[in-house]
Amino acid sequence: MTRATFLLHDYLTDSASRLPDKVALVCDGERLTYGELEARSNALALALVERGVTRGDRVVVFADNTVETAISFWAVLKANAVVSIVNPQTKLDKLVYLLEDCRARVLISDAHLARVVAEAARKTTHLAAIIMSGRLDDHANERLAGLRVTAWAEAIAGNHAPPRRTCIDLDLASIIYTSGSTGEPKGVMLTHRNMLAACASIGEYLRIAQDEVILGVLPLAFDYGLYQMIMAFAHGARLVLERSFAFPAEVLKVIAAERVTGFPGVPTIFAMLAGMVSSLRDYDLSAIRYVTNTAAALPVKHITMLRELFPQARIYSMYGLTECKRCTYLPPEDVDRKPESVGIAIPNTELWLVDDDDNRLGPNQVGQLVIRGATVMKGYWEKPELTARKLRPGSVPGEHVLYTGDLCRLDDEGYLYFVGRMDDIIKSRGEKVAPKEVEAAIVSIAGVREAAVIGVPDELLGEAVKAFVVLEAGAHLDPQAIMRECRARLESFMVPKYVEIVGELAKGMTGKIQKQGLT
Amino acid sequence: MVTSEVRTQVRTFVTNNFYLADPDAFDDATSFLRDGIIDSTGVLELVTFVEDRFGITVPDDDLVPTNFDSIDALVAFVERKRG
Repeated sequence: MTRATFLLHDYLTDSASRLPDKVALVCDGERLTYGELEARSNALALALVERGVTRGDRVVVFADNTVETAISFWAVLKANAVVSIVNPQTKLDKLVYLLEDCRARVLISDAHLARVVAEAARKTTHLAAIIMSGRLDDHANERLAGLRVTAWAEAIAGNHAPPRRTCIDLDLASIIYTSGSTGEPKGVMLTHRNMLAACASIGEYLRIAQDEVILGVLPLAFDYGLYQMIMAFAHGARLVLERSFAFPAEVLKVIAAERVTGFPGVPTIFAMLAGMVSSLRDYDLSAIRYVTNTAAALPVKHITMLRELFPQARIYSMYGLTECKRCTYLPPEDVDRKPESVGIAIPNTELWLVDDDDNRLGPNQVGQLVIRGATVMKGYWEKPELTARKLRPGSVPGEHVLYTGDLCRLDDEGYLYFVGRMDDIIKSRGEKVAPKEVEAAIVSIAGVREAAVIGVPDELLGEAVKAFVVLEAGAHLDPQAIMRECRARLESFMVPKYVEIVGELAKGMTGKIQKQGLT
Repeated sequence: MVTSEVRTQVRTFVTNNFYLADPDAFDDATSFLRDGIIDSTGVLELVTFVEDRFGITVPDDDLVPTNFDSIDALVAFVERKRG
């Protein structure tokens, strides 16, 4: 019998009832079974409810890839609330903006972030409670003094029966923040049904099995990283969660030891692997069944490298955006034939291209990609105008289709090729960087008059962020000082790799900086 | 170059090039990765720095937390490499 109300966290609950003693999560030396994850997330859900979280409230999880972050994701859903995982590199001003924007009721974070958590909490108006994992030493406690803080151990010590379910699958499950061309982060609203549809589609074409061991090396704050966990638990598989790919040899050791079967990465990770091909032979990577890439097209030479490195594995080149999770995948059997294509629509999704007047285009014409499917978001949180630009009426009354803002072309066989973006978003390290956000940060540095930010090609990063900066008369700032100031204001993937001090920037008739000549 | 100079140079590089969210809580044993001080490209910047400054080479196998995840670890690694 199928259940009428199937919610995202039923993936975990169902796997826990089927496979209570199976190790579901391997992270930082810990091995947690499905039964343990289920019990701890139930207890935390109850703790959230006791701290005032009610149906539809937003809970922000500001933390790294840890056991606590994984448990928190499911707990928030079980509390009938909406979860938003935020990159732990997020700096104070942006964290305050995010907490205010979604009016977060509870913030879950870790002791090493106590300083920014404490400052942000004092500047926000809706936060009722904070839950902190990690070791809260005197230093951290001093910073958090006066705030309503619960230690992690206490938050998961309670009753292991979950709170009463009140949501239906049309309710929001998650808000994922993404950079936009306006420079202000936008919260992508996803319902339980959106996320279940994405999981079903991706699980089908990746052929995820219960004995899968999936590597989670991408941030859980990034939808591609988050879905690795959801997919693993949906299938009763195992997630091996790593903090980052900073030390590739360590991750490779884990891949070998845990017999990892699924390796999801981004071009930067594969470029790092390409740089260490000779020592890769020392690791037993033979259990890998599939490798996936998304965020930016993989250079053909890296596809070749992956084919040689993992001869037994299926290589998936994929493409998508948070607003619909994923658009396309290239079937592995086509990777040699069409290495530059990002493939065909994912199962249960349709796509087409339109010109500026919304006319449908035929093969080999470049136009904007439109996506129709159950994965398409409900909109941007409290941004109706931006939402109306992206979501437009479809052919069935009441439905909306997604105008992606990406320029693509289809070949004669219907395979998609990414051409470029309609806005000036930079894709660096697989993450979206809004030039306006970086320019605003640079201009806020004392001594800077104006700045222009562009993306330049980069072997490792895909695109690197480059800033052209004009100083105030008499100011003495060198590029290093500007980068240092940027590090205090921006997540590290947004910090310019290159800063060039220039005398002036070319302006158009309206006084707007012209970036065309900048390289 | 004596150990204390290596330590000073490493410390200066880290404090000038990476963002320390909580400078008061940062000491020479603080884990770069755990405390979010560096990420994967930050590690590569550290490698370039020790190679250029101390004239050593870092093979892939040496790129592990034991050698690169704190100021203490880096200083010990540089010392070992310089024999």
